[in-house]
Amino acid sequence: MTAHRAAPYWLSAPALAVYAVFLLVPLGSIALISFQHFEFYGGIQPGITFENYRQVFGDSYYWEIFGRTFAIAAIVTALCAVLGTFEALVLHRMANPWKSLFLLVVLGPLLISVVVRTLGWALLFGSTGLINKALTGLGLVNAPVQFMYTSTGVVIALTHVLVPFVVISVWASLQRMDPAVERAAVSLGAGQPTVVRRVIVPLAMPGILSGSVIVFALAASAFATPAIIGGRRLKVIATAAYDEFLNTLNWPLGASLAVLLLCANVVVLVASNRLIERRYRAVFRESVA
Amino acid sequence: MIRNGPLALAFHALFIGFIVAPLAIVCIVAFTPQGYIALPTDGVSLRWFVAILDNPRFIGAFWISLALGVVSSLIATALAVPAALAVARHRFPGRETISTLLLSPLMIPHIVLGVSFLRFFSTIGMNGTFAGLVTGHVIVILPFALRLVLAAATGMDPAVERAAVALGASRFTVFRRITLPLLLPGIVSGWLLAFITSFDELTMSVFIASPSTTTLPVRMFLHIQDTIDPLVAAVSALLIFVTLVIMLALDRLVGLERLFVGKAYGDKSGAG
Repeated sequence: MTAHRAAPYWLSAPALAVYAVFLLVPLGSIALISFQHFEFYGGIQPGITFENYRQVFGDSYYWEIFGRTFAIAAIVTALCAVLGTFEALVLHRMANPWKSLFLLVVLGPLLISVVVRTLGWALLFGSTGLINKALTGLGLVNAPVQFMYTSTGVVIALTHVLVPFVVISVWASLQRMDPAVERAAVSLGAGQPTVVRRVIVPLAMPGILSGSVIVFALAASAFATPAIIGGRRLKVIATAAYDEFLNTLNWPLGASLAVLLLCANVVVLVASNRLIERRYRAVFRESVA
Repeated sequence: MIRNGPLALAFHALFIGFIVAPLAIVCIVAFTPQGYIALPTDGVSLRWFVAILDNPRFIGAFWISLALGVVSSLIATALAVPAALAVARHRFPGRETISTLLLSPLMIPHIVLGVSFLRFFSTIGMNGTFAGLVTGHVIVILPFALRLVLAAATGMDPAVERAAVALGASRFTVFRRITLPLLLPGIVSGWLLAFITSFDELTMSVFIASPSTTTLPVRMFLHIQDTIDPLVAAVSALLIFVTLVIMLALDRLVGLERLFVGKAYGDKSGAG
């Protein structure tokens, strides 16, 4: 009996041991050096200090980086939520084989390296200038728009990289929807826009929200896309930490940036998840009552 | 069944164009006969694909990524299967904590994992080694494998195993003949998702790879930072093509929906 009761612990022990040594210890060590002093010729010094955090919070340069990171993440999230929801709805209303085909086209890029997808945008924006040729050809703009090394370019590329997460999340919640609800609304005289606004979007809301939360978290901590499209001048938190670690070699300062990013990420994820769960539960209880 | 109106279909066409355009341009540029990137080009050439074969840095990086993906996804799956069985089949104190902990890497930005591993591995003298890369990748991809195995284990009917025991099968026989075959689809798709995630990983690897253990995404990233040329486009086009082939094979084998839902669920659990 005791052997049986101990079984789950033995089964999960190997994974837990690996995590304890190779996840918790490294995270702890990075948190520790974020509180240590860095000497340009002496490296990391022992002793506890808050100077790295003071430096980050006291410098408008870092405020700008934090502001830019979260502004980009917020805009990307809004774009992904709107575009992804509509696309999921369109896919939901398609019939096979088109439905499976386009689902594959939309979600397939998730399996292709972010480097490859971002390279595509770098080619469209920069080297070939195809986007600008199209824009000027259509008479939409007079002078070429600068996409490379701008926030606009990063937002467009990140939206492309992350929008599949909203599509799949909304699509999954639409799959659970009873198709009769939609038909009932139509038979009661609701027009298409009303059905979407009053019936489908509210029912898909948990999917929209949880997809958006994923997108925000991934956009705020994105590295490859801002590094390639934004370049060295347009820094976000992740690329600034990269520079501190691999170029300036000021690890304590880079560590404090990483710790702040991790904290912001965890707070956003946990808080929004609580909120979604509470909202969702309230809706559920209402419908039961 | 309500059909899409013309407006919805127009939106759909634009959306698909948006999704496909960057991938299409990579493939088009890869076939340029010129020595630089320019559009339109005159003619089609395979010279840049041939050039990859003469570039040992990309070839070497490909083999490292492949070996890394295979080794780390096997280790991750081997750790995930017993843990998933523990969480799915037992009720015990600390169950919630254990499953939250095992899924927690999904909540941690890869940049944070990268710098943590860089610090940790350089302290213990493991930085830049293949073993270091494997360790980092196991941590990152384990949650993906765990999610899919967990789903398979939760969906299993315990009555089947009880029936086997009642018919006189030993515990090992039950595991080998009943449990494992029933879990197999979950294990295989979990392993595949773990492999693909490892093969594509850039942000963490960029910190812990050394010149002799550079993975393919890291090699491509460093190359792009330096210069964007048809060579890196050709490598990317090959990757797109290979991913496409694997995707079609997977669709036949396990059904892609399972894999994608695993990916979304994996990341969704990161939100919880």
